[in-house]
Amino acid sequence: MATKIWVILQQQNGELNALSKETLAAGAHLARLTDGSMEGVLLGSGIDVLADEIAGEIDMTALHVADDPLLERYTPEGYAGVLTGAIRRSAPDYLLFPHTYQSMDYFPRLAQRVDGVLVPGVEAVSEEEGSIVWTRPVLGGKLQSRVRVKTDFVGRPVLASIQSGAYSGEEAPSGTAARSPLPVPADEIGSPREILAEEQAAEDEVDLSKANVIVAAGRGVGGEEKMQVIHDLADTLGAEVGASRPVIDNEWLPRDRQIGSSGQTVAPKLYIAVGISGAIQHLVGMKGSGVVVAVNKDPNAPIFSVADYGIVGDLHEVLPALTEAIRGAKG
Amino acid sequence: MKIAVCIKQVPDTEARLRVGPDGRWIEEEDLPFIINENDEFALEEAISWAEETDGEVTVFTLGPPRATEALRKALALGAAEAVHLEDRSFQDGDAISTGRALAAAISRGDFDLVFTGSQTDDLGFGATGSVLAEVLGWPHAWLVMGVELDDGEEALQVVREMEGGMNQRIRVPLPAVIEVQAGINHPRYASLRGIMKAKRKPIETPSPSDLGLDAQAVGAAGAGLELLSVSFPPSSEGAELIEGEPEEAAAALVEKLEKEARVL
Ligand SMILES: Cc1cc2nc3c(=O)[nH]c(=O)nc-3n(C[C@H](O)[C@H](O)[C@H](O)COP(=O)(O)OP(=O)(O)OC[C@H]3O[C@@H](n4cnc5c(N)ncnc54)[C@H](O)[C@@H]3O)c2cc1C
Ligand SMILES: Nc1ncnc2c1ncn2[C@@H]1O[C@H](COP(=O)(O)O)[C@@H](O)[C@H]1O
Repeated sequence: MATKIWVILQQQNGELNALSKETLAAGAHLARLTDGSMEGVLLGSGIDVLADEIAGEIDMTALHVADDPLLERYTPEGYAGVLTGAIRRSAPDYLLFPHTYQSMDYFPRLAQRVDGVLVPGVEAVSEEEGSIVWTRPVLGGKLQSRVRVKTDFVGRPVLASIQSGAYSGEEAPSGTAARSPLPVPADEIGSPREILAEEQAAEDEVDLSKANVIVAAGRGVGGEEKMQVIHDLADTLGAEVGASRPVIDNEWLPRDRQIGSSGQTVAPKLYIAVGISGAIQHLVGMKGSGVVVAVNKDPNAPIFSVADYGIVGDLHEVLPALTEAIRGAKG
Repeated sequence: MKIAVCIKQVPDTEARLRVGPDGRWIEEEDLPFIINENDEFALEEAISWAEETDGEVTVFTLGPPRATEALRKALALGAAEAVHLEDRSFQDGDAISTGRALAAAISRGDFDLVFTGSQTDDLGFGATGSVLAEVLGWPHAWLVMGVELDDGEEALQVVREMEGGMNQRIRVPLPAVIEVQAGINHPRYASLRGIMKAKRKPIETPSPSDLGLDAQAVGAAGAGLELLSVSFPPSSEGAELIEGEPEEAAAALVEKLEKEARVL
């Protein structure tokens, strides 16, 4: 097939984000599957040092660098504008993006603009009977889907984003890459948006990142008035209480208790997930935990695939029993 | 203001899901369907904006006949009229073909502002609103947690989520597409009067050609992505499941946490 694969690297303040390395590992994997060559793309301002570092570290056919004061601050129009021209000139077959909020903010627009095929949130890439098959979560992560580009769309650029944890950054191939400059067309990257401020979403009163034990409540708890079982268990364990996003959105707990991609990232020794299904946006915030326990009434809940121990059952029966058992054990 | 809002009817993922006979999607028969969670918030945002600006809301959905129920609910909550892309050829698309069809429908009206959700709970592309914005040539904002009017009626101030618990405040000129995130507001309940009134409100069902679109360019035919199968995640590498009555299971778990995992 001999394809050209672009990996769009994401940097902030001259540092590569961790998921970019994982995306390079995905790119190398896709290159093996399609007899392709991998090239990197890096956008920003004052990124010369970083670009040299990457070019000296990663095995790629090329590293395309758009280093321009106009790209000092990320805007969707800026990034989509630079990449539109680049795609039209060089016609890559695949563009892999790290599945970050930044990529998700602009690459759907880019896909529409270059008439490409859009595959967000990929967890695995494989080859089946001559076509590339992408695995991505559906139905809130409860199921996985396998998708591919329809035959009559083959030949259009495929723009996919790679989910955190899908590939290991250590498998990004070492070697070198030849740097080449990427044009920044000033008249095509103007943004109508004006960035006014960046601020903390919640006054971080509790810093869950230092907690040893966390009892995390999910929507399955069923209501603010039913939260007592969570607090009882946490008190008995001397644990902090955390939560999935719906618990926060419903105001059963304040926002500074939210764990996940739009909340805090935690890594306690023991994480007890109660009535949490295990959507990827939650998992990215707690996957560094030591021992994970899940209590859920649904044996198929994806949380069980990241847990060490699980109890399938109604949390309102299991939790009081668990609290009792721990009290007993502590004497 | 003239406001459009896009809502999708999705399976209630709280229900017991089963893979359908052809393996390509879940069995939809007997499944409860609800308005996508993000879209409930988008709808509330649209209706309260219309109230504050003395405007009107038109609600758009692309979906099979059952999606009428979602539109009726939106009309009961206060939307003035509805557009249902119900034609067979619109269905089973991806974010791009769905975004293009919705954009074509919306561009027939003279809207100042479009609200969508940030992500669906079924296909979960997180992209349809942005594609729609690109087709319309309007700015978008994704993962929006706050919207205010700025400078008269010319622009909005928008608070959008970024990674790691940070927010960004931006100004975007109107017209714009605002992709709402769950938790932005408190969705209201429908009143009995609202439900009665909704029965008389119009639902338009344009065909692709009514929108100036080729039937081959929308829905499954216009989508670059093809769904091959769905399956439950493999449970093999998963947790050690502890069985028994709550008391037994709890005692067994505590023992394991003490002796095996040594975390108590
Ligand atoms: C951009 C973006 C950012 C996001 N950021 C975050 C984030 O930071 N953190 C986060 O958590 N989510 C985040 N989400 C939301 C995420 O996608 C999921 O919707 C959310 O994590 C689901 O929360 P949940 O598991 O509590 O609820 P659900 O998915 O509704 O799961 C509830 C679970 O409870 C179980 N249950 C129900 N009743 C009982 C009972 N009686 N006993 C035992 N079990 C029961 C059910 O079986 C189910 O598994 C984000 C989403 C988007 C699009
Ligand atoms: N079939 C549809 N009908 C109406 N709106 C939709 C449809 N699909 C997606 N949307 C809108 O686009 C948003 C993002 O959807 P998605 O890209 O599927 O995650 C949703 O929250 C809806 O507001």
